[in-house]
Amino acid sequence: MSMSTLDPKASPDQQQQMLEVMVLAKACDERLRKGIATGEFLTVYWPSRGQEAIAAGFAASLRSDDRLVTTYRGLHDLIGKGVSLVEILGEMLGRQAGACRGKGGTMHIADPSVGLMVSTGIVGAGIPVGVGLALAARAQKSDRVVAVSFGDGATNTGSFHEGANLAATWQLPLVLVCQNNGYAEMTPTVDTMHVEHIADRAAGYNMPGVTVDGNDPVEVYGALATAVNRARAGGGPTLVECVTYRFFGHFFGDQMTYIPPEELEAAKAADPVPRFADRLVEDGVITRARAEEIEERGRQRVEDALVEVLASPAPALDELDRDVYATSEGH
Amino acid sequence: MSIDTETEMTVRDALALALDQAMAADDRVLLMGEDLADQAGGVSGVTAGLSTKYGADRVLDTPISEAAIAGAAIGAALEGMLVVPEIMIMDFIGIAIDQIVNHAAKLRFMSGGRTTCPITVRTAVFGGLGSGATHSQSLEAWFMHIPGLKVIVPSTPRDAKGLLTAAIFDPDPCVFIETVLTYGARGLVPDDPSFSLPLGEADVKRPGKDATVVTYGRGVFDALTAADQLAGEGIDVEVLDLRTLVPLDTDKIIESVGKTKRAVVAHSATTFAGPGAEVAATIAEALFGELLAPVQRVGAAFTPIPSAQGLEAATLPSASSIADAVRRTLEGSHG
Repeated sequence: MSMSTLDPKASPDQQQQMLEVMVLAKACDERLRKGIATGEFLTVYWPSRGQEAIAAGFAASLRSDDRLVTTYRGLHDLIGKGVSLVEILGEMLGRQAGACRGKGGTMHIADPSVGLMVSTGIVGAGIPVGVGLALAARAQKSDRVVAVSFGDGATNTGSFHEGANLAATWQLPLVLVCQNNGYAEMTPTVDTMHVEHIADRAAGYNMPGVTVDGNDPVEVYGALATAVNRARAGGGPTLVECVTYRFFGHFFGDQMTYIPPEELEAAKAADPVPRFADRLVEDGVITRARAEEIEERGRQRVEDALVEVLASPAPALDELDRDVYATSEGH
Repeated sequence: MSIDTETEMTVRDALALALDQAMAADDRVLLMGEDLADQAGGVSGVTAGLSTKYGADRVLDTPISEAAIAGAAIGAALEGMLVVPEIMIMDFIGIAIDQIVNHAAKLRFMSGGRTTCPITVRTAVFGGLGSGATHSQSLEAWFMHIPGLKVIVPSTPRDAKGLLTAAIFDPDPCVFIETVLTYGARGLVPDDPSFSLPLGEADVKRPGKDATVVTYGRGVFDALTAADQLAGEGIDVEVLDLRTLVPLDTDKIIESVGKTKRAVVAHSATTFAGPGAEVAATIAEALFGELLAPVQRVGAAFTPIPSAQGLEAATLPSASSIADAVRRTLEGSHG
C-alpha cells in the first residue's frame, strides 16, 4: 500500500480532525449570520449549515496538493480544504485581507496554495472545470486527484452531464461529490428529477456511483477515500452522492416558506455536528472535555480571524483596473 | 532555412503552422475539440497531421460537448497548460459561452490574480456557404462586451500565423475567430518559428488619402477589392485592418481617419449594435468637427442569415456594398 492509499475506515485521529472541521464550519456560519443579522457587517451569504460532514470528508481524504472545486455554498468546503479563516471572512466582508482582496466575494473564493482552485457562482459549471484540472494532473504526470463539489440541482445541468461523460471517457482522476441537500434553490429536489438516487446517474457514464449518509462524516470519508484511491490509481472517476440537509435555505434571509416546518425541525434536531461530537465521546475517541475544548477553540479561532478581518481596510479603488488582464491596465 | 525567409501559403496552412510550431516549442500546448485528431484532422483540415505528430494526448478529440470542451480547457489552463480548445462553428459557442464568459474572462479578476486562464478558443465563421442561420453568424460583438477577454480576427496568412502564435502564448483568454471563406487566401508568411504579432495593433493594409475603411477578417479582402474598384474612379481608399477587436487600437483608427476625414466601418457581424458601432463612436468622440461626412456602417442585415444564395448575399456585406458606402462619404463633397 503506497503512502497515498487511504484506509476507508477513518482512524481516531481522522475522526477528531473531521470533528474539528465540522465545529469550525458551524462556528463560522453562526458568527457570520449573527454579524449580518445584527448589522455588525454586511455581506451576501449562502449558508452551508447542516452540510459540514461532507467538508470533513474532504479534509480527511484529500491531500494538500489535491484540488477542490466548490460552489457559492462553499464555506464548509473552503474550511475543509484548508483555506484560512482570515482569507475566507476577509473575502466575504470585502476586505483587503480576503483571499481575492474583496474582488471575488462570497461566491468566488479561490486559494490555489491549498488546492482550492475555483468557487463558482454558476450551478453545474464547476464540473467541466474539474475535468480540465484532472486532465492537467495527468498531462503533468502528477498523481494528484481532483474533487468537484456541487449540489443536487447541478446534476440537472448540461454541464454535469457533459463533464461526467468526458471524465468517464478519458478515465480521469476525478471525484464528483454531490451534496444533495433536498432543495435546488427553492424547489424540492424530488420535483426536479425522475431518478430515486442521484448516484444512479453514474450508470449512464459507466462510472461507479454511491449514495451515502452525508450527515455522517465517517461514512462520507469512507466513500471519498474509496473514490480518491480509485482516481489516484488510474481507475477513473466516481460519483459520490452525500444526502444531507440545508438548515437556512438558499440564501441568508430566505424565509423558507417552501419548506415544511416539521421537516426542518427534524433535520435540526439531528444536527450532524453535535451528533458527531457525542458519538466520538461515546465511542471513547475523545473525552467530553476534549469535545468542549474543540468547540471553544473553534469559536475562538473565528473571533480571532474576525478581529483581523475587521481591522483590514476595504480594497482601494485602483483594484478596479488590476487583474482584468495580465497587464493590469485593461484596454 | 534562414529565419529571414518567407513562404507563400494559405490562411489554413498558416494556422496549422502556428499550431504546429507552438506544440513543438512548448509541451504545455494542448489542442482539444471535435474531430481534431487524424484521420479527420479538423472539419476544415487545420489540425491535419498534428495528432499523428504530437500524439492523441496533446490533440484531444472530444465528444460534441462544447460546455465541457471550454470548461476542461479552463481547468487545464488553471494548472498552467496552454490550451487551444476549438468550437468548430462559431454558432455553437452558445453552449460554451457560460464557461468563457463566467469563468475564463473573470477568474483572474475574481481571484485577485491568483488564478489565470490562458486559453485560446479557436472558432470559425461559416457565413457565405449557404448553411443558414445557425451555421453562419459572426458573433464577435458578444465577446467584445466582456472585460477580461481578448478578441482576435485575422485576415491574411501572415496575420493568421502571427496572431495565433501570440494568442496561444498570451497570458489572457483569447477568442480567436477564423473565417472559413478565407481559408484559401494566399500570402507570404515568415519562416521564423518565433514570428508573432502583438495583440492590439491595427495594420494599414492599403494606404490612401480620401477615406478609411476600418474593417477586419473577411472584410479586409472585400475592402481591398472595393478600394481597387474605387481607384478607377479616382478615389484613394485606406484600408485599416483592426486585427484585434479587444484590445482595440483606437490610436490607429483615429490616426487614419484623422488623416482621411471620412470613414466606413465594415464587418460580417450584424450592423446593429455590432463592433462597428464602437468604432464609429470612437471616431465621433475623437474627431467630432473634423469629419467631412457621417461615418458609414456596413454589416450584416438585422435578420437571421438565410440559406438561399441570393438571399444570403443580400444579407451579408460585399466589396460592392463597401464601395457604395465609401461613395456615400464623398457625395457632394470636395474635401
